[in-house]
Amino acid sequence: MQASEIAARSRRRGRTPPTDISDPQYFHKVVDCQWACPTHTPVPEYIRLIAQGRYSAAYMLNWESNVFPGILGRVCDRPCEPACRRGRIQVGDEGNAKDPSKKNAEPVAICRLKRVAADYKGEIDSFLPEIPTQKNGKRVALIGGGPASLAVARDLMPLGYDITLFERDPVPGGLMRTNIPSFRLPASVLDEEVGRILDFGVEARFGAEIRSLKKLLGEGYDAIFVGTGAPKGKDLELPGRKEAAANIHIGIDWLTSVAFGHVEKIGRRVVVIGGGNTAMDCCRTALRLGAESVTVTVRSPRKVMKASDWEIKDALHEGIPILDNHAPKSFVVKDGKLVGMTFEKMVQTGVDAKGRPKLEASGEIVTIDCDDVLMAIGQENAFPWIERDIGMTFNEWGQPAVDRRTFMSSIPGVFFGGDAAWGPENIIWAVSHGHQAAISIDAYCHGRSLVDRPKPGHTLVSQKMGIHEWSYSNNYDPQKRQAVPHATLEASLKNLKLEVELGFDDRIAAREVERCLNCDVQTVFTDNLCIECDACMDICPVDCINFTENDDEADLRQELRVPALNMSQSLYVSGPLKTGRIMAKDEDVCLHCGLCAERCPTGAWDMQKFAYAEAQAASACLSHHNAYLG
Amino acid sequence: MSYIAKPSAHHPALPRNALGLTRRDYEGSMSTLCAGCGHDSITAAIIEACYEMDLPAHRIAKISGIGCSSKAPTYFLSRSHGFNSVHGRMPSVTTGANMANRDLVYIGVSGDGDTASIGLGQFCHAVRRKLNMTYIVMNNGCYGLTKGQFSATNDKNSPSKKGEANPFDAIDLCQMAIQLGAGFVARSFSGDKRQLLPLIQAAISYKGFAFIDVISPCVTFNNHPASTKSYEYVRMHNMASENKLDYVEPKEEITTDYDEGTSTSVELHDGSHLMLFKVGEGHDPRDSDAAIHTIRTNAAKGTIVTGLLYVNENQQDLHDVLGTDERPLNGIAMSELCPGSKALEAINARLR
Ligand SMILES: Cc1cc2nc3c(=O)[nH]c(=O)nc-3n(C[C@H](O)[C@H](O)[C@H](O)COP(=O)(O)OP(=O)(O)OC[C@H]3O[C@@H](n4cnc5c(N)ncnc54)[C@H](O)[C@@H]3O)c2cc1C
Ligand SMILES: Cc1ncc(C[n+]2csc(CCOP(=O)(O)OP(=O)(O)O)c2C)c(N)n1
Ligand code: SF4
Ligand code: SF4
Ligand code: SF4
Ligand SMILES: [Mg+2]
Repeated sequence: MQASEIAARSRRRGRTPPTDISDPQYFHKVVDCQWACPTHTPVPEYIRLIAQGRYSAAYMLNWESNVFPGILGRVCDRPCEPACRRGRIQVGDEGNAKDPSKKNAEPVAICRLKRVAADYKGEIDSFLPEIPTQKNGKRVALIGGGPASLAVARDLMPLGYDITLFERDPVPGGLMRTNIPSFRLPASVLDEEVGRILDFGVEARFGAEIRSLKKLLGEGYDAIFVGTGAPKGKDLELPGRKEAAANIHIGIDWLTSVAFGHVEKIGRRVVVIGGGNTAMDCCRTALRLGAESVTVTVRSPRKVMKASDWEIKDALHEGIPILDNHAPKSFVVKDGKLVGMTFEKMVQTGVDAKGRPKLEASGEIVTIDCDDVLMAIGQENAFPWIERDIGMTFNEWGQPAVDRRTFMSSIPGVFFGGDAAWGPENIIWAVSHGHQAAISIDAYCHGRSLVDRPKPGHTLVSQKMGIHEWSYSNNYDPQKRQAVPHATLEASLKNLKLEVELGFDDRIAAREVERCLNCDVQTVFTDNLCIECDACMDICPVDCINFTENDDEADLRQELRVPALNMSQSLYVSGPLKTGRIMAKDEDVCLHCGLCAERCPTGAWDMQKFAYAEAQAASACLSHHNAYLG
Repeated sequence: MSYIAKPSAHHPALPRNALGLTRRDYEGSMSTLCAGCGHDSITAAIIEACYEMDLPAHRIAKISGIGCSSKAPTYFLSRSHGFNSVHGRMPSVTTGANMANRDLVYIGVSGDGDTASIGLGQFCHAVRRKLNMTYIVMNNGCYGLTKGQFSATNDKNSPSKKGEANPFDAIDLCQMAIQLGAGFVARSFSGDKRQLLPLIQAAISYKGFAFIDVISPCVTFNNHPASTKSYEYVRMHNMASENKLDYVEPKEEITTDYDEGTSTSVELHDGSHLMLFKVGEGHDPRDSDAAIHTIRTNAAKGTIVTGLLYVNENQQDLHDVLGTDERPLNGIAMSELCPGSKALEAINARLR
């Protein structure tokens, strides 16, 4: 100990109040994956079900939360994975595609395990909610047949609603069908999970574009849900745009044409502009349509590309070069036909206030010869069919104003969700919006308050089975993240529909499940039982636990055995102990190994499973959750 | 004991010492002692001390006798030399090792049964010989390993768990050590690492016989509220006369934060310092009579004095006394170590 520390000890100290663990959000936050998941899927619980080979139960627990486990188990944006605690504990060997100098953290392969549940499940029809034959007399119109609308339908059908879904396209699924290529998401998976909802008795009208909200409002629906997505791809007005129009395509429209078989080939040399996931899907699709060379160009440096790391890796693996710092300048036209594109190279001059790179034009011009250009530079919402004189408030960006909590627009009874609400997101957010909108629609149709949201269900139950036995696998498995097998490159590039990722088989899955730390099995501390023997502090492999004088949180964090610098993670603080000190636990890298509880002579520590389920409109959809809540 | 091994994963921001090692690198195998045993806490303090002092584990020897306490060396310093000897025989094994190799750091771990009963004679002679070692007694007032019989350090007024009275007066190992000439004598409590850690560091730095009697509750047999070796009793009666202390490593500078009037600095042989902060009356730790007086008067009141009780900064160790070779035996050539039958004959001839 340093003299300065002695001095610090004698100064006046602040105080951090004891943690209120009766607030369900405290322990919910400790379950990093569940907390990060927009629908709060109980990840560790389904991983344990997979470990036990109970695939159907694992599937249903997912289905109740996120509605599309087979789809999401393949293409989810997986915000849970960067949040996963395992990635803070074990950093792998794999380089990051955006910044090869950085090693990738190795979170649990949560998404791929979800797919295992979907691939291996048995018959599940008997677990589905009953749909009442006696309807409740309320009619709801859903505009658009994407995941947002489908989630609303899933939640409201079991309550006896009469639902009509209007979809412009001839088939349901939204962008999941028209834009996510089938080599990532096979049509059969989509058909199964979308069909399950429509089979509840939704009246689906295909090829039925809504052209006037005013007209629909006049049709007497009790509520209307707008789930039309963000259907307009951005364009680039550069010199040569008009002359070369025949060979310049808006990425999302082009992908739709490919999905519907209207486009079956593309030029020999293709340039894809953009650094997001749409660009990755465009370039890989172009390769499968026979392009000999495909080049992706991005205006900014690779490090800040929007696309997911794994999508970039897949594109690179297929041999597609990604040229960063290339700002598009003009389309080169010869004899009325596109022959190339010019770019100006950018250089990074520093970073802005938000830490994003500041770029400057270098003056260096590069020309890339090409026969076709695909533009994948973003999407916008477009609502040409919503009249401006029907009382809908539009915000400063010309978008309908939608309440963040209730999902209702300024017209009572008209709700928004998915990409249509606040711009392009992803499937899991669309589903989350769908659940919330369904709660609001149900409340609205029955004259209840939209603002009083139903509360989540939660329980906390001891997992102790014996002195050293817990009802979960508490042993730490140092194994690295399992890799997913892929179809061969040769076969993949020849077949637009061949799924590239093959998924985990049961043996790989059995290894991966053991990597999960069971973050929902909480360390629960009872301060009046503690005799301050230090046993838990001494055994803890990751130095989470401290017995110390109280202080205000900022100082307390600094004074711990290992300072608690990850501010996104909570400190668990006890009331005063017999010596006047407190117990302070940094939740950041706790392994949930249970050793603290095993070494505690008085049972002051216990390992208790925290089950948490978000409320939904129809509790009939939550039968597995209810069982899990015990 | 636990069924699972302690996870290999450690905190990603765990600090490293000058050798590039983390605290975890100084651990041993998973403890098999009862949950909450004070001995595990002392183990943790030894780990922390060696880590903080940047000691290379292979230059340390840990030696013990028999008892729960004597099992503890298995749970720290798995990369060090170790000898789990016979009941009460830790001092003689350490003496042998120390004579053969004076360059290692010797940490002897014993229990109150191991030291104050069967090993009492061994203890006395190790002290008297001023063996250069750190002698730690994990003192729980009972024979933990054999199910909690009273040991010789159990206070007379301290009943057993079932309420039986203890008919005998206790042996106070610290008083004995001072009387027998130990150069460094301290008492501490397993539940007070802030005090225990600097004491262990100073004891390791001390060249000569360094003794620490650590009260270490046996949660299974001697932690009832009436026991004077329970967590509760010790916390309530701990008269830490030199409660606050601080170990200052050789490379560190002593800053002026230390208040002259209320602090004493004890210089240790390797240039490190133990800073003592007097609270209340205190006594001069260089005065052995005062030390014994303080222990006795407090014991009469039922209070326990902890901290550094006595130190002799100028003690010589056994090697100094005997004038042995500077080199460890393994550094001396065989021809020199064992000069052969001719040399033996010459010696014998001298004696005839
Ligand atoms: C190329 C690409 C790849 C993507 N990849 C992924 C991925 O891997 N993972 C992921 O999570 N997300 C991905 N996304 C995003 C994801 O597909 C969307 O966020 C999600 O589908 C939005 O769901 P939604 O229900 O809000 O709208 P959408 O899926 O867009 O569905 C809206 C539907 O409404 C219909 N519609 C629109 N206007 C009308 C009208 N006036 N009348 C009737 N019908 C109408 C449309 O035809 C469409 O079917 C990707 C997006 C793109 C463009
Ligand atoms: C020669 C011999 N006599 C007796 C014993 C039985 N025995 C084992 S441990 C022990 C006492 C241990 O007490 P202590 O040293 O205080 O250790 P603790 O278990 O309390 O930590 C005894 C008497 C023995 N192992 N060997
Ligand atoms: S380790 Fe398991 S429970 Fe913890 S965040 Fe990762 S997936 Fe979730
Ligand atoms: S469960 Fe307990 S011992 Fe294990 S890592 Fe968490 S706090 Fe430490
Ligand atoms: S019996 Fe007592 S001394 Fe032995 S391990 Fe158990 S608590 Fe510790
Ligand atoms: Mg004992």
